Amino acid sequence: MKVNKQNESIVEIRNLSLTRGSQQIFNQINLTIERGKVTAIMGPSGCGKTTLLNVIGGQLPAQQGQVMVNGDNILALNSQQLYRVRRSMGMLFQSGALFSDMNVFDNVAFPIREHTNLCPLMVKDVVLMKLQAVGLRGARELMPHELSGGMRRRAALARTIALDPSLIMYDEPFAGQDPISMGALVKLIRLLNDTLDLTSVIVSHDVPETVSIADYIYLIAQGQVIGAGTPEALMNHSSSWVRQFMHGLPDGPVPFHYPAQNYANDLLGE
Amino acid sequence: MSTLIHYLGRVGLNGLQNTGASALFLMRSLVGKPKFFKNARLLCQQMYYVGIFSLLIIVISGLFIGMVLGLQGYTILVQFGASQALGQLVALSLVRELGPVVTGLLFAGRAGSALTAEIGLMKATEQLASMEMLGVDPLRRIIAPRFWAGQISMPILALIFSAVAIYGGYMVGVQWLGVDSGAFWGNMQNAVSFKEDVVNGIIKSMVFGTLVTWIAIYQGYCCAPTSEGIARATTRTVVYGSLAILSIDFFLTAVMFGGVQ
Repeated sequence: MKVNKQNESIVEIRNLSLTRGSQQIFNQINLTIERGKVTAIMGPSGCGKTTLLNVIGGQLPAQQGQVMVNGDNILALNSQQLYRVRRSMGMLFQSGALFSDMNVFDNVAFPIREHTNLCPLMVKDVVLMKLQAVGLRGARELMPHELSGGMRRRAALARTIALDPSLIMYDEPFAGQDPISMGALVKLIRLLNDTLDLTSVIVSHDVPETVSIADYIYLIAQGQVIGAGTPEALMNHSSSWVRQFMHGLPDGPVPFHYPAQNYANDLLGE
Repeated sequence: MSTLIHYLGRVGLNGLQNTGASALFLMRSLVGKPKFFKNARLLCQQMYYVGIFSLLIIVISGLFIGMVLGLQGYTILVQFGASQALGQLVALSLVRELGPVVTGLLFAGRAGSALTAEIGLMKATEQLASMEMLGVDPLRRIIAPRFWAGQISMPILALIFSAVAIYGGYMVGVQWLGVDSGAFWGNMQNAVSFKEDVVNGIIKSMVFGTLVTWIAIYQGYCCAPTSEGIARATTRTVVYGSLAILSIDFFLTAVMFGGVQ
C-alpha cells in the first residue's frame, strides 16, 4: 500500500505487536514520526527501544501490525525491496560499527562506491564534505581502532549521511560519552537535522541531552507507549511513572527494591 | 525409552533444520546478478587472505609429511627388495589421499577458523547489521567472495602440498637413503595416471574446499554475537570441517578408486 510521500509523517507504526520467545516486546503500539522533526524514543533499559529501530529498519520482522516508512510497508517488503528502501534511511549504531579493515575515508566512501558510479575524484570530494560536517576531515587516514568512542560515532555519522538519507535513526548516541563528545554529538544531531532537512529518531535514556534537542518524545515501557508529547509536556506529565522517569527519581511507581519477601523475615530466616 | 526416542528425534530434526538453513544461506549468498569488476577485486583480496596466508603451513607440513612417507616407505619396501617402488608409493599416497585430506584438515584449522572468527566478529561488532542498513547485502559483499576464494584456493594448495611432499620424499629416499633417482621418478611416472589419480585428487580437494568454507562462513554468520559465541563457532568449524573431510573422503575414495559402480 502506497501513500503520499510528501505527507507530514515519515514513519507510521500501527498496531505493532512483537513477541520473542515467551516475552512480549510490543503490544499493539501506535507511533508517528513527523517529517523534519527530531523524535526521541525513551524508556528504561530492556524495554525494546533498539528493537523498535530494528523493526523500522526491516532487520527484525514483527508478527503483527504495519510499519510505514516513506509510504512503504516495511513488513510486507521482500529482501530486494528492503535494501532499496534502506538507501533512503540511515542508522547510527551504539558502537559506531565502522568497518574495522577500512580507514575513516574508506568507511565513509563505502556506501557511495557501492551505490553510485561516481568517479574517484567526486567520491573524494563528497567524503571530505561529509567528514568536514562532523569535524573529522583531518582524521580521514586513521583506522577505527585509532579513534576515541566519540570520534568513532562521528565517523559513523558521516558514513550514515553519505547518501543523504531522509531518515536517520540513532541508537543510544550519548551512551558512554565524555561531556565534550556528548556536547559535540548533541549539537551535530540537531544541526544535521535542520541543515540537511532530515528526520531524526533518537533512542536514548539520557534525559537531559535528549530533552535538549527533541521536538517530540515517546516513552515506552512494558510493551506500550505510556507517554507522548513535547519535552515540556512530559516533564509535567500527569502520570507519576512518566514524571519519575523524566526526572530520574530513584523511587516511585517503579520501586527501588525488586519484589521480595519481608526484609525482617528474610534476615531471621523465617 | 520414550525420552530417548524424543531426544533422538529432536536431534535429527535440528540437524535437518540446520542443513536446510545452511543450504538456503549458501544459495542466497551465491545466486544473484554478478558484478564482475567489483567481485573480482574482492575475490582476489580474499584469495590472498585465505590462500596465500595458508601457504606457509601447507608447504612446511607437506615437506615433513613427504619426508616421513619416504622414510617409512623405504624401511618397509627395502625388506621386500622393492625400494625402487618408493616414488610410486609416495606419489600415489599423496596425490590420491594425503594431499587433499591433510591439506583440507590444515585448511580447516588455518583458513576455516580465521573465516569464522572474522565473520563472527563482524557480526558481534554490528558491522554486518550496519552494512545491511547501508543498503548492501552482507551475503553478497562479505560471504560470497570468501566462499569462492576458499573454493578456488583449496585445490591449488592441495597441489602445492603434494608437489612439496613428493620433493620431501625424494630428498629422504634418493638423496639420503640412496634409492636410484631414475627408478624413483620413472616408476612414479609409470604408476601415476593424470586422469585417474591427479584429476580425482583435484576433485576431492575441491569438494573438501567447498565443505570447509561453507561450514566456516555459516558458523561465523550464525554464531552468537559474543566472545564466547565466536569461540564456540570457531571450534565447531574445525571439528565439523575435519569430520566432514574424513567421512566424505571415504565415500569419494570408494567411488573413485574402490570399484564401486
